[in-house]
Amino acid sequence: MTADFDTLTFAGVSRYFGRRRALNGVSFSVRAGEVVALLGANGSGKSTLLSIAATLLAPSAGEVRYGAGTAGEGGAALRGRIGMLGHDLYIYPELTAAENLEFFARLYGLDRVQARVEEALDLAALSDRAHDPAGSFSRGMRQRLALERALLHRPRLLLLDEPFTGLDDVSSIALRERLARERQRGAMALVTTHELEAIEDLVDGAYVLTKGRAHPLPAGTGSLRDRYRRQLQA
Amino acid sequence: MSFFSTALLVVRKDLLVESRSREVVYTALLFAMSCMLVFAFGLVKEGQVVTDAAAAILWITIAFAGTLALGRVFDRERQNETLRALLLAPASRASIYVGKFLGVFALLVMVELVVVPLVALMFGARLFRHPWLMIGLLAAGSIGYAAVGTLFAAMLARSRSRGALLPVLLYPITVPVIIGGVRGTAALLGPEADLAVARAWLMMLVSFDAVFVTLSLWTFEPAMTD
Repeated sequence: MTADFDTLTFAGVSRYFGRRRALNGVSFSVRAGEVVALLGANGSGKSTLLSIAATLLAPSAGEVRYGAGTAGEGGAALRGRIGMLGHDLYIYPELTAAENLEFFARLYGLDRVQARVEEALDLAALSDRAHDPAGSFSRGMRQRLALERALLHRPRLLLLDEPFTGLDDVSSIALRERLARERQRGAMALVTTHELEAIEDLVDGAYVLTKGRAHPLPAGTGSLRDRYRRQLQA
Repeated sequence: MSFFSTALLVVRKDLLVESRSREVVYTALLFAMSCMLVFAFGLVKEGQVVTDAAAAILWITIAFAGTLALGRVFDRERQNETLRALLLAPASRASIYVGKFLGVFALLVMVELVVVPLVALMFGARLFRHPWLMIGLLAAGSIGYAAVGTLFAAMLARSRSRGALLPVLLYPITVPVIIGGVRGTAALLGPEADLAVARAWLMMLVSFDAVFVTLSLWTFEPAMTD
């Protein structure tokens, strides 16, 4: 199996934590260049599904296929094609913005480390704060840094858990534009969010997770939030 | 990126983070010194130390301070979920483990650099009479303790009761390390140092290390995936 892939397929994925069922036979696919939203109430299994897609959790039943292969077959090389931004931002507050990016660039075995770090700092609009500890940044600045950290290695699959939480309008617009660029590059993205207006024009499809099951959000009239509400009431 | 380059990158990052906060070293050192003071009040009578007490005090202090350091090192990775970022990297997970293990070992060495002279001073223990054997015992004991401790601390990093569970799991498993360290050190502290016994315990510790490091490398990946 080559590390790269152009589809992500969940096939009957279930996950139990003890006797509690977090996911129940989730099945759907995402193709390269698509942004798919995962919607649902808190505790509906969205973050669990992202962790499984990231290979950090193994499904209790079913499988996830990256192109033609599984996480076990892809191993470390497959992880090198995945970028994840969690609700906790995966950055070290004691290290500066530049040190955080440099550490992860080296960990991913990237070439031209300094050039990539400078480019990422520029895209995060943090060039003038490059040598300040990340712990001294506002939530929005840390979020921008964390997003560039997740994108440093130009992943094929981008997993974003509540990326709009705590962002002001300017940062929110910048994040949307960044995601649009990644989609154009051929990345596929799974995004969980409660800020439906923020992703309205960005998503190619959406799934609503209810009691561990994923239901496709039907296309129709009205905004994403209207359709989501109609789905919940159905 | 090669296995050892990744491990070195992780340990360098850990030491850089620690050099900025100095939280773990200071906390572990203060705790170690408090431990020794308690032992000094309890075990020294009229200026005389209970036989073999210095060896036990040294190793118990290292074990207690080490547990504190282990907990904090992984709390730090948990607070911003950076452990998940490390596990997501396209590097061998065993190399991540080795990096974290080396970081914990370095912290133990820093604690020992202060604790060993203090034990020698406070309890009149002749710890520097056979320095190479003593260094060997300390190094082998610390490797075994850090190897198991790193594995358990990583496994418990996301558990709510990790503070209580870490010592409960760690101490029974590392009893052979503590016994080896105490008996080996005690053999060096008598009026006539028993070098043969100290060497035998050192070899025993090296054997424990080989088993503990191998098992930890083997189990880290599956333990971290679920």
